[in-house]
Amino acid sequence: MSILTWTWILTGLSFALYIYIAIAARAKSTGDFYAAEQSVPPILNGMATGADWMSAASFISMAGLISFMGRDGSFYLMGWTGGYVLLAMLFGPYLRKYGKFTIPQFMADRYYSNTIRVVSLCCAIFVSFTYVAGQMRGVGVVFSRFMGVSINMGVIIGMALVFFYATLGGMKGITYTQVAQYCVLITAYLVPAIFISMMFTGVPIPQIGMGSSVTAGGAAILGDPGTQGKYLLDVLNGIQTDLGFANYTSGIRPRIDVWFITMSLMIGTAGLPHILIRFFTVPKMRDARSSAGYALFFIALLYTTAPSIAVFARTNFIKSIHNVSYADAPSWFKNWEKTGLVGFSDKNGDGVMTIAKGVWNDPKSANEVKIDQDIMVLANPEIAKLPNWVVGLIGAGGLAAALSTAAGLLLVISAAISHDLMKGVVTPNMSESAELWWARGAAGVAVCIAGLFGIYPPGFVAQVVAFAFGLAAASFFPCILMGVFNKKANKEGAMAGMIVGIVFVAAYIIYFKFVNPAINNADGWWFGISPEGIGTVGAALNFITMYVVGKLTPEPPQEIQDLVGNLRYPGKLAPPSHH
Amino acid sequence: MDAAKQQAYWKENLIIIVVHLAIWFFVSFFCGIMIVDQLDSVRIGGFPLGFWFANQGSMVTFVILIATYVYMMNKLDIKYDVHEG
Repeated sequence: MSILTWTWILTGLSFALYIYIAIAARAKSTGDFYAAEQSVPPILNGMATGADWMSAASFISMAGLISFMGRDGSFYLMGWTGGYVLLAMLFGPYLRKYGKFTIPQFMADRYYSNTIRVVSLCCAIFVSFTYVAGQMRGVGVVFSRFMGVSINMGVIIGMALVFFYATLGGMKGITYTQVAQYCVLITAYLVPAIFISMMFTGVPIPQIGMGSSVTAGGAAILGDPGTQGKYLLDVLNGIQTDLGFANYTSGIRPRIDVWFITMSLMIGTAGLPHILIRFFTVPKMRDARSSAGYALFFIALLYTTAPSIAVFARTNFIKSIHNVSYADAPSWFKNWEKTGLVGFSDKNGDGVMTIAKGVWNDPKSANEVKIDQDIMVLANPEIAKLPNWVVGLIGAGGLAAALSTAAGLLLVISAAISHDLMKGVVTPNMSESAELWWARGAAGVAVCIAGLFGIYPPGFVAQVVAFAFGLAAASFFPCILMGVFNKKANKEGAMAGMIVGIVFVAAYIIYFKFVNPAINNADGWWFGISPEGIGTVGAALNFITMYVVGKLTPEPPQEIQDLVGNLRYPGKLAPPSHH
Repeated sequence: MDAAKQQAYWKENLIIIVVHLAIWFFVSFFCGIMIVDQLDSVRIGGFPLGFWFANQGSMVTFVILIATYVYMMNKLDIKYDVHEG
């Protein structure tokens, strides 16, 4: 059967599974809708968190991105995993003990202020929409590349599916579909990686394979017998320097910037509402700790494989394309040329493909080959000459990654509207069934807006993704951390800290991305910190402001201090004395 | 739990957290970024050591860290008799 048929079959089967789960796990109460009745076993919550976390970009683009950046790409790897250590130790267990459904609600109760609730829900909605826009686009892109459907049609199919299971099942439906989606996406990612690692190095574990030496078979595929017995990383470093690039295993980005970006991504991860709310869904405090562990394990399976794919794919790509005549180009190159992900412009008219620094269609550069970062994952199974069903699986995996992340984000938006804005602020005496309708309605509207972002992608989306992490890092992270670890943290401090953090980060990013992009480089940045890393500074400013303002204003009321004390050990949450 | 026991439990929890986060910082920010070039002169197999920490080692350590944290906290819960069934 052809790749297209397999893709349709596997995608169709996975969609049928998601719909079946959605019907089986539909929500009956607001507790179901927001927190799956706090009945999710930790290992399943770990898988759901993994699917929630790993987006279309993690699945399709990250390995390719790293393959171009070499060691500098490591801030994605460390930054997008290290946050889970913080979640497990600083946030997860205490949020679970608190036990109620949303981050704005936690902020409002801990800092005894509905103003903070409104600021928090605006932040949560902004962060989530920024993020979800890319996901719906990702769904469309996967559909168009693998299944010959237009991008817009793909977005609409994805919208319909998410609309169905998010409005019907809420958190419960989303959780169990995410478990299934995790299984689909990790299989689709690991199978080709394992085969490729065996082809080149004979080691079935890609994480070890990338540091092993090339076998005779691997050297034959690379078309260079001289590489046999050499370490793959040495071979790649040699290729890179021959072509005028930097060594793959050394970095060129200033280390201070790498440091700040890594920190910003880590604390941003720990402050993202769609990840934080997953800890409300497990039965007990100890389950919150272990589910963070499972989540990181399931995420690390993909995140440690990605740099291996980057090394294999880059070595293979350059070796099988550079200095090869176009007529002899491998079949996968010609297949993917149709999608525009790879391309060849014969500038010197010799019919031979040359890879060099610079842009492929820029006449001033010697480079003649276009390489889109996404090709490193998408073409992997064909490069490894795997059966067509494995190629089909990649499509289903990419869709699973995009849909699961989109659903988790949409739930945050829906809960922010129904639970925090409507029930919490506008009409506090709303009945549970009315709130449930608001939740479903808000989820529905949010899906449609996200779909519109997918069909008409605003040009600024790529520019503002730094916002999502920077904002989460500078607003939620410090306030939740102090909310648990400092009984004396008060509402005046939290309010001032959040405003200083948000305004600073927003101003820095807007200035360098939109107002004065000409100086958006290491010489223009403050202390060499890029807009991607500025969330770290924003968080530090938030901490300092919160501390200073807190010292100058009244302590929080005694019952709040008691509540904080209560969050710190397992057991039932003692009821506040004054209510 | 009475107030004194609560305080003692929290203090032990804080010590466990600080030790774990010190290791978290060491493998990623220190080994993976700050002294990465110096570590690269050491090699394990085909990996320069600093590159390995940045690409693999830090993530592997993170997973182990959460596992030991969960283990130690479960023991602490039992010690203070706040173990959840």
